[in-house]
Amino acid sequence: MYCNEGRENTGVSVPLIKVESMKKYYPIKGGILTHTTGYVKAVDGVDFSIMEGETLGLVGESGCGKSTIGRQLVGLEHPTEGRIYYEGKDLSLIKGDEMNKIRTQLQMVFQDPYSSLNPRKHIFEILSQPMLYHKISSRKTVEKDIVKILDMVGLPRSVLGRYPHEFSGGQRQRIGIAKALSLNPRFIVCDEPVSALDVSIQAQILNLLKSLQKELGLTLLFVGHGLGAVNYVSDRIAVMYLGKIVEIGQAKEIFANPVHPYTKALLNAVPIPDPKEKNKEHQLLSGEIGSSVNPPKGCRFHPRCPYAAEICSQKEPGLLETFAGSGHYVACPIVRADKEEING
Amino acid sequence: MKQRNLVKKDIVSESYFQTVFRRFRQHRLAAVSLVILIVLGAAALLAPVIAPYDPNEIVGGFSNAPSREFWLGTDQIGRDVFSRLLYAMRVSLLVGILATLISTAVGVVLGLIAGYFGKAADMIIMRFTDMVMSFPYILLVLVAASIFRPGMWSIILILGFVDWPGIARLVRGNVLSLRETNFVKGNIVAGMPLRHILFSEILPNTVAPILVYATSVLALSMLDEAALSFLGMGVQPPTASLGNMLNGAQSLTVLTKQPWLWLPPGLLIVVLVMAINFIGDALRDALDPNSRR
Repeated sequence: MYCNEGRENTGVSVPLIKVESMKKYYPIKGGILTHTTGYVKAVDGVDFSIMEGETLGLVGESGCGKSTIGRQLVGLEHPTEGRIYYEGKDLSLIKGDEMNKIRTQLQMVFQDPYSSLNPRKHIFEILSQPMLYHKISSRKTVEKDIVKILDMVGLPRSVLGRYPHEFSGGQRQRIGIAKALSLNPRFIVCDEPVSALDVSIQAQILNLLKSLQKELGLTLLFVGHGLGAVNYVSDRIAVMYLGKIVEIGQAKEIFANPVHPYTKALLNAVPIPDPKEKNKEHQLLSGEIGSSVNPPKGCRFHPRCPYAAEICSQKEPGLLETFAGSGHYVACPIVRADKEEING
Repeated sequence: MKQRNLVKKDIVSESYFQTVFRRFRQHRLAAVSLVILIVLGAAALLAPVIAPYDPNEIVGGFSNAPSREFWLGTDQIGRDVFSRLLYAMRVSLLVGILATLISTAVGVVLGLIAGYFGKAADMIIMRFTDMVMSFPYILLVLVAASIFRPGMWSIILILGFVDWPGIARLVRGNVLSLRETNFVKGNIVAGMPLRHILFSEILPNTVAPILVYATSVLALSMLDEAALSFLGMGVQPPTASLGNMLNGAQSLTVLTKQPWLWLPPGLLIVVLVMAINFIGDALRDALDPNSRR
């Protein structure tokens, strides 16, 4: 929290991260003479912003483009179209030294802790090299600094001389978090950081992320498909379907009043740990997620939507606020119409 | 100061090379091979000291059988076989090692570039690799021999140029998969420079397969040298090489009646190649960081 206060002079109203109509198309190569036969539209026009110190959760089915957004925010990939602003500065226009400085402020925690550490380096090397390169620490102080960070993620200093294969998944993920933290970042993309871990370890890592976020005033983008985990750490949640955000709002609000039929279906699919509820009917989605090469016309969810009407296949819905000032946006023509009827 | 040393010691319990050496020793055959190779290598290096005679001088009768004076007999024109064998091994090892170094260096550099940068660089390098691979090297040697003087150095260059495509392909394949791993991506996100990513993250992870492949290239290029010298396209007489020593033993009488002319160089080739291959085998196991032995 104290970190936040120190940074207040950077401007309160400018979001730390702002994404404007981001699109990412991957060309499909084929044919006898290799040429582009089509595009996988992994992300197809997404806008959102994240305020300093906030955690935005990004949920959706596999292949809906949520990880692609994360990778673009940390600069591993570049958007086909659209802009990413960091503190109001367009990332695509920043070059050289300034970019190098910003790079360290945008870090990532990877999904698979088994491949995120170089198997040939011991932990001390893995953690110290980026710190020394960016002159965050000097040769004399680096060991002390690393021990401090290890302490934050709950690891003893004895891990330093060991190799990645000697650790369990949970420990490796802690090391992965330490690596991200070592560069003093302000923004961290957590790309499904717990989905490869045992359930008992998942809770530990989530708690760790949450407390680190509070302690250091970090801003997080938490990508995940487990609604429970995402809800636990997030202030706001964005729900994605086939490369588009269909609903975004305060986490509590999304859970209490899901508006989009897809969000409702996702919440319904969460298993309830109560045998009395066993016979309660679950409304589960039928069908497969649509193709991201040829997404359905109109609302992308309409072929699977229980409420689909004719307009759904014609007009592509934009994000509209449920009521003025709620901060809860939905992209669904039907629900909108309903609301207006009730209200009117 | 003492305090500091203590600190360092408990951080790194066993260095990577110590671990590798410990695992390597457990491989009996390879350990024995290494000893043999060291002994033979020392003998080759110290040839001027050990050899009883000048290898190119006629010191005895024609084709004398082994005796106390000439341990392995003399060849058709009366040179001491044992002395020639020591010098021949020198030439063969030198050719093998240098040719391997050249081809490994070329292969690693081209493989890294092709694998990491992809696209046009990959296309051009890999097509060039295919071209070199599909070219019969005997033909290349014949052409080269007619342009340059055949000899040890041209053999080294030719073999170095012919053997790199395998390594380039191996490195490219490894780089392609390593480039997509999270630890490489993590270092890109951390803003590490290209040289760090290529030479500190990617290359060390392909060293094991490169080393193993290089040992087989070493064995192969020694065989190739022997074959080329046997054909008269390699090391030229009077310089001795294992191949041209065999070359002198082509007739049936020599094969049946004078085994001391062909048995020692032949056996030496077999022993050297086998030892090198065993070592390569053990290295592959010992270098695997995920093995918990």
